[in-house]
Amino acid sequence: MASGQESSAIKACNLTILCIYCKYSGAKVLMVGAGGIGCELLKTLALSGFQDIHIIDMDTIEVSNLNRQFLFRQSHVGQSKAKVARDAVLRFRPQISITPYHANVKDPDFNVDFFKQFNVILNGLDNLDARRHVNRLCLAAGVPLVESGTTGFLGQVTVHIKGQTECYECQPKPAPKTYPVCTITSTPSKFVHCIVWAKDLLFAKLFGDKNQDNDLNVRSNDTASSSSDHSEDVFERKKDEDIEQYGKRIFNHVFGHNIESALSNEETWKNRNKPRPIYVKDVFSDETFQQNGNVDKMAETDNNNNNLSNVSAMTYLGLKNPQEIWSLLESSRVFFAALKLFFSKRQKEVGNLSFDKDDHLAVEFVTAAANIRAASFGIPLHSLFEAKGIAGNIVHAVATTNAIIAGLIVIEAIKVLRNDANNCRMTYCLEHPARKMLLMPVEPFEPNKSCYVCSETPLLLEVNTQRAKLRDVVEKVVISKLGMNLPLITHGSSLLYEVGDDLDQDMVANYEANLEKVLSELPYAITGGTVITVEDLQQELVCNINIKHREEFDEEKEPDGMVLHGWTQQAPAAENKDTTAATNGGGATTSTTSKSAPNISEEDDDDLTILEAGIETISPSKKRKLSDLSNPEEKRAKKIPNDDIILMLDDDISKQ
Amino acid sequence: MNGEELTEQETALYDRQIRVWGVDAQRRLSKSHIFVSGLKGTAVEFCKNIVLAGVGSLTLNDDNPVTEEALAANFLIPFDENMGGGGSIAELCCDSLKDFNPMVHVSVEKGDLSSFDVDFFEKFDVVVISCCLLAAKKSVNEKCRKLSKRVAFYSVDCRYSCGEIFVDLHKYSYMKKKADETVECQLQYPSFEEAIAIPWRSLPKRVSKLYFAMRVVERFEEVERRKPGETSVDDLTNVLKLRNELCLAHSLNESQIPDSLLERLVVSPKEFPPVSAVLGGILGQEVIKAISGKGDPLKNFFFFDAVDGKGVIEDISTP
Repeated sequence: MASGQESSAIKACNLTILCIYCKYSGAKVLMVGAGGIGCELLKTLALSGFQDIHIIDMDTIEVSNLNRQFLFRQSHVGQSKAKVARDAVLRFRPQISITPYHANVKDPDFNVDFFKQFNVILNGLDNLDARRHVNRLCLAAGVPLVESGTTGFLGQVTVHIKGQTECYECQPKPAPKTYPVCTITSTPSKFVHCIVWAKDLLFAKLFGDKNQDNDLNVRSNDTASSSSDHSEDVFERKKDEDIEQYGKRIFNHVFGHNIESALSNEETWKNRNKPRPIYVKDVFSDETFQQNGNVDKMAETDNNNNNLSNVSAMTYLGLKNPQEIWSLLESSRVFFAALKLFFSKRQKEVGNLSFDKDDHLAVEFVTAAANIRAASFGIPLHSLFEAKGIAGNIVHAVATTNAIIAGLIVIEAIKVLRNDANNCRMTYCLEHPARKMLLMPVEPFEPNKSCYVCSETPLLLEVNTQRAKLRDVVEKVVISKLGMNLPLITHGSSLLYEVGDDLDQDMVANYEANLEKVLSELPYAITGGTVITVEDLQQELVCNINIKHREEFDEEKEPDGMVLHGWTQQAPAAENKDTTAATNGGGATTSTTSKSAPNISEEDDDDLTILEAGIETISPSKKRKLSDLSNPEEKRAKKIPNDDIILMLDDDISKQ
Repeated sequence: MNGEELTEQETALYDRQIRVWGVDAQRRLSKSHIFVSGLKGTAVEFCKNIVLAGVGSLTLNDDNPVTEEALAANFLIPFDENMGGGGSIAELCCDSLKDFNPMVHVSVEKGDLSSFDVDFFEKFDVVVISCCLLAAKKSVNEKCRKLSKRVAFYSVDCRYSCGEIFVDLHKYSYMKKKADETVECQLQYPSFEEAIAIPWRSLPKRVSKLYFAMRVVERFEEVERRKPGETSVDDLTNVLKLRNELCLAHSLNESQIPDSLLERLVVSPKEFPPVSAVLGGILGQEVIKAISGKGDPLKNFFFFDAVDGKGVIEDISTP
């Protein structure tokens, strides 16, 4: 290594000492997220001499946070993460200033001016949506961003400085895993398919909003070919129908009849193993079903148990170990017991429940139903613990990785504060060493010139302008894909749509009316060749979209009925849950996202309680430059980081 | 494994990490006993990590009184103008760590590290020492190796922006998944004394410069009878002189241990908190691996330098 190079690095480092202990104690930093990474980061910032730290987090503390979010104790469960984290750090560092906000970073209060007061923004977030939002505000405010994520033993820290490095959205992000509808409804081959079916179709059908579209119905009719009109009634509990009878009918329908109908379509099974229909009588003898019936009585007699959140089918059946894999009989028992408990103990909620990984009874039901379906399709059964992880997209998290990543964030933050962008690195924390390295720094990329977020490259939207409504474009493109929060759409100088608190009623009515109009019939018609401008005033992001008319779209491959080009991330339209979570802490949701049910997906941000979730990945096609290319072996091995990064993707999303 | 099941409380608390390393690993962790001596910033980071992970017990050793400097570097000690009211660093850390995870038994062992005999270490599965002199490092390592049961030995040191972890698992075998089958892997570790006795020129090319630099500073502290980390800018000339002598003896080019690197280690021996966080995290992960028998353990040195940002593993052992 050239010694000149080394000694300049050293000077840089010695400067750092000065910066930490004097000059940059004046730096004002904003942390977004007070979870796994956030707790570690706040501690390390305080120890490193930072004196003015602001921290935003909308979440409250949960028991499953305590294994790594070390600023929190059992007694803090239910309290604001940001506030408790502040108090905990002030106990060992009372002389510094920490300002907590128990709020969603997407709240309009946190606008560009708010961001401008900080020298650097440090992200410890758990979802793509908030990350994108913060990225845009950082670009608009011209404030550098240090971004981070961890999953299990893997983690990474990246630096985004406007005009100097790529922005968070310059690279495509991995789309949350989606499954073709027919895989879920007809031809599952993995346990996760059964989980998605049990959670998003069966559970939603039985306990959720009856008015919602649900492929359980539609698709089973497709294959059933007959009796399509009567199956609408199958899930409706008849007047005075005994819960047990109802349960049997559902069981026989979804695990027996539906499979039988599917089998009648010979074409489907030519190259697949045929499933086995399972009826109640196949699992239970009359006698054993009677035993199961006792659950019902127990449920009704046990009136002392008023704590509804503790209602558990496992408890009633004497099943204790969540790690144990139930047999088909046990799964079926849990199925009936859970169904009964929902209808007896939690009747009031039936009709507006949505799956929540912290709802124990819901997890029991979904595990049981998924296992029965798995048995039918010859897929190995799984324990409740495993099923819960899959169903809740629970992110694997340990304290050590978060601590390492937080340390690396502070190191990068200090370089940024010293205007030493040239020495900033993206660092990967690996599980298995690559060329002896467990912590691997790579040089940041230059901005992507065609990034629609940090450059002004227009997007192209293919859409049927004579069929699609403005609402479709707003929901499927502007909100879901472009991640806008408060969109405003103009055509030339004419306003077509706007969201905001300060609009008068006439305008709101006008915009509402526009939403229902087909594009080509809008007051200022959108047709092939039109350019519309979409902007978000809060994010200060403006995009031009060229419209191209197209007649037909493939229902399976292009379920949106429109295709957006020049956009770097292929997430389905179902990741916009922050706003809901802001009010209820990430529990039950009733958001617009469920409308996009055909895009059955695993979402990173389903698990809003875990802030370190949602690691990003690097496009395997791109090569990253290693920071130290001083020896030839490393030059040759340039591509290696990609291999590891792909591993991350596997670990993060498709762990089953 | 047919051990007893985890309690409901454990399952709820450890849910996220069980998803990383499994129930068996969690069970093994909860039965393990850890000893840590030398509670500066890096060791404290490590303690936090393994208490959160849920080890069975943690025994702390550091009789030093609380000073302003200790307060500044240690997030386990609440700010107190009376400097902890006369308690030792270990005692004050103990109180905070107990609070982190009520399921871990945290206690204090008073006494000088060098006064503990072989039998003392038999109580532990893992021994971690930090900020101690070369002689103590060698002797504790040897004591651990004399025991018939395996006591994993680790040392960790942070000098400003640089850090080193040393690992001695003695004879260690573990199961490793390769493609579809699980194979048993065996590793043989040298002791610290054996490792550093290996002539420098017989080491592989491109061994981290930090390895050599740390040896020079360690040697300097020993011959000058300094306390660990007690160096200043005034020592630089003598440290460079020692570097030249050692390089000559080992036939190593002096440029392998740049002046600037030594300067950093000697002039500001304080621990830099972000580097402590990184080292404490890596060490925590390694200890968890060794206890659970899951994952490739580090063999046998780890180096981190905040200036280039690399975290590198070096195998310093005779083949």
